[in-house]
Amino acid sequence: MMEISVTVNGTTYRREIEPRLLLIHFLRDDLRLTGSHWGCDTSNCGACVVWLDEIPVKSCTVLAAMADGHRVRTVEGLELKGAGEAGGGRLDPVQEGFAQCHGLQCGFCTPGMMMTARWLLDHDPDPSPEQIREAISGQICRCTGYENIVRAIQWASKHADGSDGSEAAQ
Amino acid sequence: MNDAYGPVPRKEDARFIRGKGRFVDDIQLPGMLYGAVLRSPLAHARVVSVDVANALAHPKVEAVITGETLTERNLAWMPTLSRDVQAVLATDKVRYQGQEVAFVVAQDRYSARDALELISVEYEPLPPVVDAKRALDPGVPVVRDDLPGKADNHIFDWEAGDQAATDAAFAAADVVVTQDMLYPRSHPAPLETCGIIADLDDISGKLTLWCTSQAPHAHRTIYALVAGVPEHKIRVISPDIGGGFGNKVPVYPGYLCAIVGAMMTGRPVKWVEDRSENLMSTTFARDFHMHGEIAATREGKILGLRARVLADHGAFNATAQPTKYPAGFFHIFTGSYDLPAAHCQVKAVHTNKAPGGVAYSCSFRITEAVYLVERMVDLLARELDLDPAELRMRNLLRPEQFPYTAPTGWEYDSGNYPRALRLAMDMAGYEQLRAEQAEKRARGEYMGIGISFFTEGVGAGPRAHMDILGLGMADGADLRVYPTGKAVLAISVQTQGQGHETTFAQLVAGELGLSPDDVEVVHGDTDATPFGLGTYGSRSTPVSGAAAVMVARKVRDRARIVAAAMMEVSADDLDWVNGRWQVRGDPEQSAGIAQIAMAAHGSLELPDGVEGHLDAETVYNPPNLTFPFGAYICVTDVDPGTGVVKIRRFIAVDDCGVRINPMIVEGQVHGGLADGVGMALMQVIAFDENGNCLGGSFMDYLLPTAMECPSWELGETVTPSPHHPVGAKGVGESATVGSPPAVVNSVLDALAPFGVRHADMPLTPAGVWSAIQGRPLRTDLAVS
Repeated sequence: MMEISVTVNGTTYRREIEPRLLLIHFLRDDLRLTGSHWGCDTSNCGACVVWLDEIPVKSCTVLAAMADGHRVRTVEGLELKGAGEAGGGRLDPVQEGFAQCHGLQCGFCTPGMMMTARWLLDHDPDPSPEQIREAISGQICRCTGYENIVRAIQWASKHADGSDGSEAAQ
Repeated sequence: MNDAYGPVPRKEDARFIRGKGRFVDDIQLPGMLYGAVLRSPLAHARVVSVDVANALAHPKVEAVITGETLTERNLAWMPTLSRDVQAVLATDKVRYQGQEVAFVVAQDRYSARDALELISVEYEPLPPVVDAKRALDPGVPVVRDDLPGKADNHIFDWEAGDQAATDAAFAAADVVVTQDMLYPRSHPAPLETCGIIADLDDISGKLTLWCTSQAPHAHRTIYALVAGVPEHKIRVISPDIGGGFGNKVPVYPGYLCAIVGAMMTGRPVKWVEDRSENLMSTTFARDFHMHGEIAATREGKILGLRARVLADHGAFNATAQPTKYPAGFFHIFTGSYDLPAAHCQVKAVHTNKAPGGVAYSCSFRITEAVYLVERMVDLLARELDLDPAELRMRNLLRPEQFPYTAPTGWEYDSGNYPRALRLAMDMAGYEQLRAEQAEKRARGEYMGIGISFFTEGVGAGPRAHMDILGLGMADGADLRVYPTGKAVLAISVQTQGQGHETTFAQLVAGELGLSPDDVEVVHGDTDATPFGLGTYGSRSTPVSGAAAVMVARKVRDRARIVAAAMMEVSADDLDWVNGRWQVRGDPEQSAGIAQIAMAAHGSLELPDGVEGHLDAETVYNPPNLTFPFGAYICVTDVDPGTGVVKIRRFIAVDDCGVRINPMIVEGQVHGGLADGVGMALMQVIAFDENGNCLGGSFMDYLLPTAMECPSWELGETVTPSPHHPVGAKGVGESATVGSPPAVVNSVLDALAPFGVRHADMPLTPAGVWSAIQGRPLRTDLAVS
């Protein structure tokens, strides 16, 4: 067993873990942050995408031990919370975009897709559809045929200030 | 058009975009244990011994279950959905790679996996039956020697249509074209794998199962029959489901093992399979070796169609379809064409492969049927040197022929096929595309234009003809209207992404003059919903959706009586206008559902025989299937040097009758089109000569990403179903059924200058390149 200290969505957690524990299982089973999903074991599907520091990673192929001393951001940290608020914060435009554009059906791939989308828009605020497709090409969605995911990310790009449409996602 | 219908955003999204969905593996119960399955590495072997002593000695292991343990409980075998039996844990032999051999229950996920390594199984390898085409050869090993007297690998022979009439049509034809084609084994691969949590309350005897089930009520009945737990003591909860596509219809051995584990340990047991377990052991789809023959006049009038099919059902016959139809609805294979005679024969065999066959958005094998006829029509067009669009136009059913009785007995409810094909051609700019293709060919560039036209049959089904394990395919709906006029609808079907919480609220709102926001939809919990057979075969809207409308109409009729008492008029003098009961000739006097609901719960005196409240329930037994249809055009560019296919454009015109939520309908079509691209170009579960599964991970079983999918171009026509209460038809599987032949026809159109007539899916770069070289691959086997 080993002790790690990981800052997830701004909160620092100290935990005793097995060295072999995968980051996805640490987040889901130990911290009960079940928004990130496990889908394939082989880094192909991207349902488990979270940020390690500022980089999207597939948390099914990252050891929790590798996150020791680092920051992790998950879908639960996308919502822009006001100081002292416990939820009810403002949605990230990416979240709103997915709801506005029907960018999700079963919702299983959605958290990973949104984490990649947020990273993309942070680095390129106005990506083309081709750039969006490339950015999410390491992730699989079985429901949407990707079209509405592309539109959702474009929507978020055009509503970067978070205005509009918030009522739809309430 | 109904005010409540339209592209309203989904109610479901609020939780999913926040990461607050609740999937089976998200649930943790106090004291919960974890299960893991030991699986066979061999495709065919006798099980000599299973030694679990070392696993039991693991400090974190609570129980180990073997076939022997289950035999003591009479649970080693379970019935399949096709009235065969399937081993829960192997007792005599293993019959496919990945078959369940033992089940470990431990304190955490990782320990359960560790303990699998501590189990020793001695196998005596047997030669496997891998090639379905040789499964009935003399001297081939018998897969199912557990069945008394079984001496071969034959499962059934089944036929439909009129053989004599078809023979006569072929004899009179100017042209006959034949082709062998394989619809290869595929897997639905929902992103969430299958899983369960079993929790037995040993005081009340109540067994609660959180399960990835597309059919929670049917599962409850099956568990009652198999495990002997009284049915009222079983509660199946399907929470959020991460995609199903047919994969989550059957009951799997792991589910039963988790239940037994919970019984043995007295603690909740969670079992969630990994991706390889999902791909290698749960229900596959297709695996139809088809031989097609089409007969026509020289002018291009189709006269007859024949199909001979060899179906590989794997080790256990576990296909999921209405009992009367062992080959599913394949005999709808005359498709969208006005042809007088047809006959099909289907022979099914066992092999040493995972069981299944009917899954993956196939509408009970209409995928295979549409693929066959659409390939045959294209081949006929080439033989006659006719444009494939023109040949289809000459033979499509005409609007005045509906309702149309097909040569194999189906009664198509409604359609306007030429209008849909014309719309697709206009959207595509078909004539310009053909001109571009001719220019490119002259330059040595290979562009393809592929068409498919499909007729679906969804909404199983009429109870007189359709049942699964003796359970008729009708669905219930309960609707409660609370005193303040807010409503709760409980339905039997289970969303796996289809958006039932939104669409069904729209259906009820539309009937009662409410806002969809005023209607809550309850589903996925057998203790809270009425009986029904669940969501697959695109049956939610045609069956359960119809039930929702009918129960809302019952409420509305009851509200009429209450409104009449409120307004002191006769109920006969009330008309339903703009969502309110209004006194005829006096628009000032009217009442909406909220007012009426409050009165119905109050002290208002009601006529004799009228109970209070407005709540109602119903069961909907569909009079027929509904028959959605569509015209698809796929434009590809093929690189003959590498065999790489690029899908440039995909035009999809769908007619699914009245669209309740067009946004959701279009989303369903998008998803199905991506499936079609995957099946046509990438996805296959193949095997090597030893029966090793070659599609056992997402490294090998390739699914389309955003890079392989074009930006879909959708169109619609609306031909309402005459028998569905709001004219809707169902659409969930239309695109999966309709799109593969459009892609394949497009690629083969591109390859026409090379003289390539046919190549089997998936048209991988290797497959396309080999076809160009004149050596088409056999895609289901690693060796040819």
